[in-house]
Amino acid sequence: MASLLSRNGKGPAPGRLFKVPSVRLPRLPFPYSAPTVPEGLEAPERRRRSGPDYETDWARRLPARLGRAALRETVMRGAVTALAAPEVHGLDRLDAERSEGGPVIFAPNHHSHLDTPVLLTSIPDPWRERIFVGGAADYFFRNAVTSALSALLINAIPIERTHVTRRSTDQAAALIDDGWSLLLFPEGGRSPDGWGQPFRAGAAYLALRCDVPVVPVHIEGTGRILRKGKTLPTPSTAKVTFGPVLHPAEGDNARRFGTTIETAVAELADEATTDWWSARRRAHAGTTPALTGPDAASWRRAWALGDRSRRSRRDKRRWPDI
Amino acid sequence: MPRPGFVLDVDRSTPPLVFHHGEGFRLEKLPAGRSRVLYPGEPLAPLDDVDGAIRHALDNPLGDSPPLHALLKPGMKLTICFDDISLPLPPMRKPDVRQRVIEAVLDQAAAAGVDDVHVIAALALHRRMTEDELRHAVGDRVYDAFAPSGLLYNHDAEDPDNLAFLGTTPHGEEVEINKRAAESDLLVYVNINLVSMDGGHKSTATGLASYRSLRHHHNVRTMLESRSFMDRHRSELHSSNWRMGKVLEDAGVKIFQIETTLNNNTFGSSGPMSMLQKREWEWSVRDRASFAAMKAGLDRMPLKARRAVFQGWKAPYGVTSVQAGEVEAVHEATTENVFRQQLVEVEGQTDVLTMGLPYVCPYNVNSVMNPILVACTGLGYFFNMYRGMPLVREGGVVIMSHPTTWEFHPVHHPSYIDFFEQVLAETTDPLEIESRFEKQYAEDEWYRHLYRNSYAYHGVHPFYMWYWICHGLSHAGKVIVVGGETRAVRRLGFGAASTLQDALEMAEDVVGRDPTITHVHNPPLVMADVK
Repeated sequence: MASLLSRNGKGPAPGRLFKVPSVRLPRLPFPYSAPTVPEGLEAPERRRRSGPDYETDWARRLPARLGRAALRETVMRGAVTALAAPEVHGLDRLDAERSEGGPVIFAPNHHSHLDTPVLLTSIPDPWRERIFVGGAADYFFRNAVTSALSALLINAIPIERTHVTRRSTDQAAALIDDGWSLLLFPEGGRSPDGWGQPFRAGAAYLALRCDVPVVPVHIEGTGRILRKGKTLPTPSTAKVTFGPVLHPAEGDNARRFGTTIETAVAELADEATTDWWSARRRAHAGTTPALTGPDAASWRRAWALGDRSRRSRRDKRRWPDI
Repeated sequence: MPRPGFVLDVDRSTPPLVFHHGEGFRLEKLPAGRSRVLYPGEPLAPLDDVDGAIRHALDNPLGDSPPLHALLKPGMKLTICFDDISLPLPPMRKPDVRQRVIEAVLDQAAAAGVDDVHVIAALALHRRMTEDELRHAVGDRVYDAFAPSGLLYNHDAEDPDNLAFLGTTPHGEEVEINKRAAESDLLVYVNINLVSMDGGHKSTATGLASYRSLRHHHNVRTMLESRSFMDRHRSELHSSNWRMGKVLEDAGVKIFQIETTLNNNTFGSSGPMSMLQKREWEWSVRDRASFAAMKAGLDRMPLKARRAVFQGWKAPYGVTSVQAGEVEAVHEATTENVFRQQLVEVEGQTDVLTMGLPYVCPYNVNSVMNPILVACTGLGYFFNMYRGMPLVREGGVVIMSHPTTWEFHPVHHPSYIDFFEQVLAETTDPLEIESRFEKQYAEDEWYRHLYRNSYAYHGVHPFYMWYWICHGLSHAGKVIVVGGETRAVRRLGFGAASTLQDALEMAEDVVGRDPTITHVHNPPLVMADVK
């Protein structure tokens, strides 16, 4: 607004035809507005309404959970079905962990804002009702409104991705210890070009710290629908493949286990774009294509990406009917 | 701790008992003081880690077989065969244990660098499995990896170019099986051993065989000499398969057998049908309300809808054991595990045997239980679920409860229709049927075409169903069907009764007044060890 006015506020700004009047509402008296601070005294530190310090406890209380479940099963599921109609594969690999019902960490690749709703509607019970999402503090919690919406809709907690803090990991670890499962995108952000990014060690670190297994997940197709930088989605199909549950091996550290998770997701990507048998053979031969794509010029990376856009829909009809 | 099966002596306070009755149920009161009920054991605790158990079995084989990974080499020909749609019953919930085992085998094959792999549904003369059925058995991952390139398919027992003749047993039995399986460097057979009849050498020698081979043990003589075919040491059916297994071995067919067993969790411990695996006097208010609501609903539904409801049921079976290695050693352990779940000791025989027949048998999954299959389920399978001697005395009466409608699946069972209309109209004597009609049906070009290209059981299959019942037919003095369609029941040569009381009165004409009665409370499956 200020840029539209000239510096003294009396004439139109250069290049502007109309003068826009400034309107100032009268300030309400205390206690209907915040108190002023006497000069010479330090203003008390105010709790931030956004960012990494945003408190999300309220979003895990019963009213918020009920509201979230209702929204997920109506608005979110409807939108996901309309935009992505995801095919879900590999749920059978989770049977043993599902029957135990303990918390797990879901570690998917990340192409699109659609990934979270697709996963939240694809992840089976009992995890679906007790899952929280690691959301970028600088993106999802940048102001009070986005913070509240992120906490309510997807049960996000703020995760610092620009620097390492104890607060994020402590909060995530406390929730996992309390029986909540975590959905965390180890790439730390959406793919800029359709290929994956190197995995960070956060998911592996939390798995080791809390002694919980990790479920590698591969999502294919959401980049076609709403890739990074796009504002309007294009309906298409997506495919979610859950992989075999990973437990840290004896003596694993976060870096090594993180590499294991990345490899597992890469194998799932290979499985989703070719077939399971070919993917297993390449996995055993150590020739699984990397998630990050070929190390080449951008046009060649884009060219190679064309091979990964296979999609299939199968008619479930049982034949013959009588 | 699951309770084992047991025998209940019926008294005046025994509640009415559930009889399966096709796509429905009947509640029947048995006479007090002279009736007993054979209840199945409760489901055994399933394995906690099935995938771990599979890996353990592959790495620690039974008998003189090396571990699977030691048998896998780059450049070899590997064929994986698996039991078809007829097992288990009802089909199990996903993931099917065959999928788990096949994936574990393929994973080791991938690690060993094996490229040449075929996956074959060992269905003998059964109908081909549809895509959905194959997907259910082996899983989408395996199906999508192999089927599009033609490497996952149904065995074709009538394809002369893909059958290999391997020799003859000392008894003159010809052994001819799937050529790809016979010529592979390793044949891995993945089985589900639902009952003690399944598995062992029968898996390969029957599942992958042709009519030329099968006719040597699927015949009246073999069945009459099998007392019963559920007790492999007293079964001529199994003896014949053992001899054929020896021919396979001598011909150099290397078999790595993987067998699995399931528990009795057929209807679930919770859910709409859970009361069916509880004992009636232990039903809660909820169970009684669920049963009443289910029965009322079913009684008002059209048959097609009822059938869809029942055929849609997938059993939440738990896997109780996995064993792998040399065929005989594996099957010995498997049979023990089957008996651990199903065997119940029973003292002596009775005059009458009653049974409620369910909606499904091995040959009507996703299909219609036609009258021939009703006869086979009752007199073939349930009657033979014994070790020692039958539950009913020789000359006694078998009473089966089933609607027995005159209805056939035209795609799945075309030769059954003609068998019922033409053959049974002339005679019900198995020996006469075998000698006069079998060859004609077995070699009929139209049935052969439907078996190979449609989803039809082989032309000779209804004959085998009739042979399956010949031990029961020769043993029982009379067979009565309760609640069946009279003209269909009479075509089978059985007596028709509207109620169990009528059937018991009819039975008295054969076995005398106040007969003793055994009721088999089956399914979940129970096998009698009759002393």
